[in-house]
Amino acid sequence: MTLHEYHQSGDRILHGWRFPVLNLAHAHFIFKMAAVQGGLVDAVEEKDIKTEPSNDSGGNNNAGEARLLSPSPGSSASAGSAKSTTGAPEDQSTLLAVLQFLKKNKLTESVDILRREAGLPEDVLDSKGTDSSGAGSGAAADSADAAGGDASSLLSRVTGSSSAPAPAPTKAPGEDQPDVNVVLSAYSQQGDPALYGVYYNGLKRFIESVLDCHRAELSQLFYPLFVHMYLELVYNNHENEAKVFFEKFSGDQECYYADDLRVLSSLTKKEHMRGNETLLDFRTSKFVLRISRDSYQLLKRHLQERQNNQIWNIIQEHLYIDIFDGMPRSKSQIDAMSGSLAGEAKREANKAKVYYGLLKEPEIELPLDDEDEEAENEEGKPKKKKPKKDSMGSKSKKQDPNAPSQTRIPLPELKDSDKLDKIMYMKEATKRIRLAPDNLPSICFYSFLNAYQGLTAVDFTDDSSLIAGGFADSTVRVWSVTPKKLRKVKSAADLNLIDKESDDVLERIMDEKTASESKILYGHSGPVYGISFSPDRNYLLSSSEDGTIRLWSLQTFTCLVGYKGHNYPVWDTQFSPHGYYFISGGHDRVARLWATDHYQPLRMFSGHLADITCTRFHPNSNYVATGSSDRTIRLWDVLSGNCVRIFTGHKGPIHALAFSPNGKYLASGATDGRVLLWDIGHGLMIGELKGHTDTIYSLKFSRDGEILASGSMDYTVRLWNAMKAYDDLETDDFTATTGHVHLQDNSQELLLGTYMTKSTPVIHLHFTRRNLLLAAGAYNP
Amino acid sequence: MSVECGYFVCTVIFIYLYALLAMAEERRQKQCTVILPTESMKAVAESVGVGQLQEESCAALSEEVSYRIKEIAQDALKFMHHGKRRKLTTSDIDNALKLKNVEPLYGFQSQEFIPFRFASGGGRELHFYEEKEVDLSDIINTPLPRVPLDVSLKAHWLSIEGVQPSIPENPPPAPKEQQKVESTEPLKVVKPGQEEEGAIQGKGQGATSADGKGKDKGLIRLKPRSTHELSVEQQLYYKEITEACVGSCEAKRAEALQSIATDPGLYQMLPRFSTFISEGVRVNVVQNNLALLIYLMRMVKALMDNPTLYLEKYLHELIPAVVTCIVSKQLCLRPDVDNHWALRDFAARLMAQSCKTFSTTTNNIQSRITKTFTKSWLDDKTQWTTRYGCIAGLAELGSDVIKTLILPRLSVEGTRIKAVMDGPVVSNIDKIGADHVQSLLLKHCAAVIAKIRPQPDTVEQYRAEYGYLGPMLCSHVMKARTQAALQAQQVNRTTLTITQPRPTLTVSQTGISGSTGPRTPSIIKVPSSLTLMSPRPGTPSQPSPPATKYIVMATSAGASSTQQVITLSSSQSASPVTSTVPSATSTLQPLVKLESGGGPGLTGQRPVQKYIVVSLPSSASSSLESKSSMLPTSISSTQLEAGMKLERSESPGASTQSPH
Repeated sequence: MTLHEYHQSGDRILHGWRFPVLNLAHAHFIFKMAAVQGGLVDAVEEKDIKTEPSNDSGGNNNAGEARLLSPSPGSSASAGSAKSTTGAPEDQSTLLAVLQFLKKNKLTESVDILRREAGLPEDVLDSKGTDSSGAGSGAAADSADAAGGDASSLLSRVTGSSSAPAPAPTKAPGEDQPDVNVVLSAYSQQGDPALYGVYYNGLKRFIESVLDCHRAELSQLFYPLFVHMYLELVYNNHENEAKVFFEKFSGDQECYYADDLRVLSSLTKKEHMRGNETLLDFRTSKFVLRISRDSYQLLKRHLQERQNNQIWNIIQEHLYIDIFDGMPRSKSQIDAMSGSLAGEAKREANKAKVYYGLLKEPEIELPLDDEDEEAENEEGKPKKKKPKKDSMGSKSKKQDPNAPSQTRIPLPELKDSDKLDKIMYMKEATKRIRLAPDNLPSICFYSFLNAYQGLTAVDFTDDSSLIAGGFADSTVRVWSVTPKKLRKVKSAADLNLIDKESDDVLERIMDEKTASESKILYGHSGPVYGISFSPDRNYLLSSSEDGTIRLWSLQTFTCLVGYKGHNYPVWDTQFSPHGYYFISGGHDRVARLWATDHYQPLRMFSGHLADITCTRFHPNSNYVATGSSDRTIRLWDVLSGNCVRIFTGHKGPIHALAFSPNGKYLASGATDGRVLLWDIGHGLMIGELKGHTDTIYSLKFSRDGEILASGSMDYTVRLWNAMKAYDDLETDDFTATTGHVHLQDNSQELLLGTYMTKSTPVIHLHFTRRNLLLAAGAYNP
Repeated sequence: MSVECGYFVCTVIFIYLYALLAMAEERRQKQCTVILPTESMKAVAESVGVGQLQEESCAALSEEVSYRIKEIAQDALKFMHHGKRRKLTTSDIDNALKLKNVEPLYGFQSQEFIPFRFASGGGRELHFYEEKEVDLSDIINTPLPRVPLDVSLKAHWLSIEGVQPSIPENPPPAPKEQQKVESTEPLKVVKPGQEEEGAIQGKGQGATSADGKGKDKGLIRLKPRSTHELSVEQQLYYKEITEACVGSCEAKRAEALQSIATDPGLYQMLPRFSTFISEGVRVNVVQNNLALLIYLMRMVKALMDNPTLYLEKYLHELIPAVVTCIVSKQLCLRPDVDNHWALRDFAARLMAQSCKTFSTTTNNIQSRITKTFTKSWLDDKTQWTTRYGCIAGLAELGSDVIKTLILPRLSVEGTRIKAVMDGPVVSNIDKIGADHVQSLLLKHCAAVIAKIRPQPDTVEQYRAEYGYLGPMLCSHVMKARTQAALQAQQVNRTTLTITQPRPTLTVSQTGISGSTGPRTPSIIKVPSSLTLMSPRPGTPSQPSPPATKYIVMATSAGASSTQQVITLSSSQSASPVTSTVPSATSTLQPLVKLESGGGPGLTGQRPVQKYIVVSLPSSASSSLESKSSMLPTSISSTQLEAGMKLERSESPGASTQSPH
């Protein structure tokens, strides 16, 4: 279960109440969807309930020891609602559970607020809460009474259940942390440690002996079984047996699990298991395997015949086997999809409908010249963002059936300057070069010299007039690459002197004396890992190791807001293509959606099992994609907060994501040097581009989506024929119910060009509006 | 074991992290087993004032600490990846510590390697970070270092419509290795992903797919067609460069030659340049235009100096041009006045250089060239100018060639020179020519004779052996010997200043030898100093023992950099062959490959010093029993007599503890 489910249930439970934002330890719960019809503006009301103090104290009193990371600080509380069904008593019990939790963590203020909001009498909680608040979960379970709605019983039920997600709050680790113990206790079953190897070997022999068509599928079992058996051994203090077991069988595992195995190998003591992220990942999320019914039956029969309960128990408890009817998959098919930390995505996870179409462009009265006029007549729809869109075939005069409704999420209204920019954009678009395999783009490379290995992030504005760089020395630098220099707005005193009625007031407010080609923004206290310009070029976002995201004004070149929420390094941030919203993700495994005028996040997307390494907005702003160190990509619905897609297949942390301009496809690049292409609508992998030899840090589709450019640590920029990748796919793959695609190995045919830089890793790519490719990186002599 | 404790200790022994990483690298197979030694725990405990730590506690601690360190290292890797770097830095570890809410370690801010030192003694081994005491006034008085340059942004074209322009900002279109492969093994399939190929074929079809198809169909693989189309810019460049090279402005020429020698993108223009040079020589030899010939030879030199070019494919044009400049009868209008000898010398050096670089068993350049020179030299009718060129060309090819080809003919040549010098005056030109040949022979032969001929040098012997040139040779040889001796001393002195101090060794030696007294000299037990033992010519008691050559190489894992020494001495010569020491340019090639004992200073193991002593028997049998006394090192070397000196001293660290 993930937080988004909690959101769902939370919505249900709290329906009808005006529910404040709760600041719970480090986490924020938004029970109320600020985006519901009234727009996001009404969320301002939330501000009147300041939970900052409690947040701080909660953060501080355990900051000393509580930095051991848990997947989501809030998930323990959210666990409370995991099992809740729709019934009213259940709702109340969930609420009680939350209250219980808050009380236990001494967030009395929040308790009061919540109780007031919910209209619960004070004694309800007190009478039922006191007996359990001091005791551990075991005692709490004992105190469960017949009321059924008792908070403590609910808590214990939830924490005891193995399907609950990561109930490891950031609250004090160690002895006073019942939840971790509960999680781990699932391992406490006693088997003869010496027999583990025998069991494993028996299964291995069985799998090797089955028919070829089943072997590949059943081989998937090896890794999760290996991990869980090893952890069981370690948990039960059979240290030496564990070591022997590991040495004996670790070599059999697929090479792409090497990183995890390294982590696992360092874990040799029961004490280490407490607070180890990787362990919790294995434990709290069921490892998902996709196996055909035939293979599964084969396995089941074998295990029952042999009475191999040990393995059967592990399969039952820790694995989720997604059984499908049909032909067993081949080894290559399995390899294409596996590699993530928790197995493949369940098929249901990718079933939700995604409105991947583009939003209709707003009507803008264009002062068109004749040439454009003609284009308008031909196109029939001049306001479209991409005049050549008809070639893509997806857009016609009427609304794209796959597009979300215009008001699905409230978007900021266009300002006059935005409209001007749109007009500029359209004019430029008419001059755009039509890229094709025989008409490759020119690449202009911006080298950062004397960066001393300190360049960590780069971004270009959409119109390619500004470049920003984030550096390891905590600075952000902005360069103007056009002759137009960067100027600050005059000081307030000077502004008073200006004639506000004059026509060129916008020009007059700028201070000529400050004109320079570059500006440095100081404010962060750690390396700047993510950077993003707002679409209107007035703002710049930067995210840093210091856990904050900062919003900078490009008019005054000062910091406007520091968004605090992530307490750990924030690896990436990005503005929505429509401005106003932005997404961030970092080491705390939670992606947050913010609006520039709110100091608290509007949404929290939790579900990743490891750091969120990169975040991207869908072109229609209704979805965000996050890539993670758990080697999965998730697509989140901004409106509901749900995870609507999980893509597995990468074998390393994902460091680059890019949506195609038509919103249909997603490209992702990882440390394994591969680029994968995904069809968002169908939730399928549609291409694998092999060629890079090192981490891919940047991906970008050309403005028409025909060419995909990838930049990597291996000092190359590569161009790929994206159109061909889509076309090569057989269409009946999509109709297959099994949900897997047979990919051809055609990377070399799709590769259009490789351009080597001079020892300069390519960390950012950008297509100008006319389809010139800009690349950037720091020269490392 | 509480977490805090683990972190605490782990902070203290943070310096082991590097060692651990290196170990993990080595023993990847046994991931489970990498654990810090318990002794380290004891050492750390002592350093914070805990005296007696139980063995069990140590074991438990070391496991805990190893685990925590690995945890931190794994987190640090995340920071490295997000920092878009390949190298883990100390700041990554600091950030990882911060992530765990542990105070980062201050004082380890270094972009590069942190010079941890290793020391052992009394059965204890330690890695430590040496912090020198710094005198504040020193810092104040030293001039400020240059301010590091600020970050700046520079744009260039990585590709223009799919084709990568060859400009200095881009890597060379075809790396030297590839050029070499192309020229030596033309049928080998060009690797995919080469920019040039990729770009050209990117327009039509991917490079590999084309190759792959060819392979599949079993077609005859054709030599890849290399195109040498020049862009407009390149044409302009070519024009400018060639004009500047042969023009009148010396400053411009220097610039142009510099550009040829360094520009990485000249690959495409090579055929034009080589044709330009070959045609130019052809024309100017006829016109006897010495200046232009010199300019053209300088162009050849610049091309050869360019590290990104592989000239092998164009040798057929370049070598005739160069040889022409060596042996041509006449290179200038006034052979009696103009210094065409310098051009011949210069061209001869070029020739020798290209022989060294490009001669293979297939093309046999060196032997062909040698044959050419010898043949025309042996011809009696050859003019003095050509004769000079031939000798110069041969002499530049190295001492072996001089020994086998020139020395035997010295007496013959001597009579010929004598005939011109003492005989009736035929022509002034001949006389000048003979004079030059004589000085050339003396110059080159003296050095070689000094090496191969035992002392003493007597005029009579020389006259008997070399005829007319004998007496002059004798004096030259003696001069060469004294000069070599002088140089040897200088070399010694320079080594002293160059070598890094390595106190590490000092400490480890005491641990190994256990005594501070004078050590018994023996080859294997030589401490850090890599002194060479060979019978000295300076000890006349030994009647000219057979020449023995030693190559002594040593490595020590504790040193911050692997040090290699190749020392060569030949006992018969009057002076050690000092010139061979640092550069190893002599004919003697190192026979021993050095095995370095792991990453410097990182292994955490006792550094193993390896000495490999190889003796090269020359003509006579080698005499290993000839042990001279172990030579003390650098400091004392200055006190040595001229005859007795060591080729190269190593490690002043050892000198500090030498008994002198």
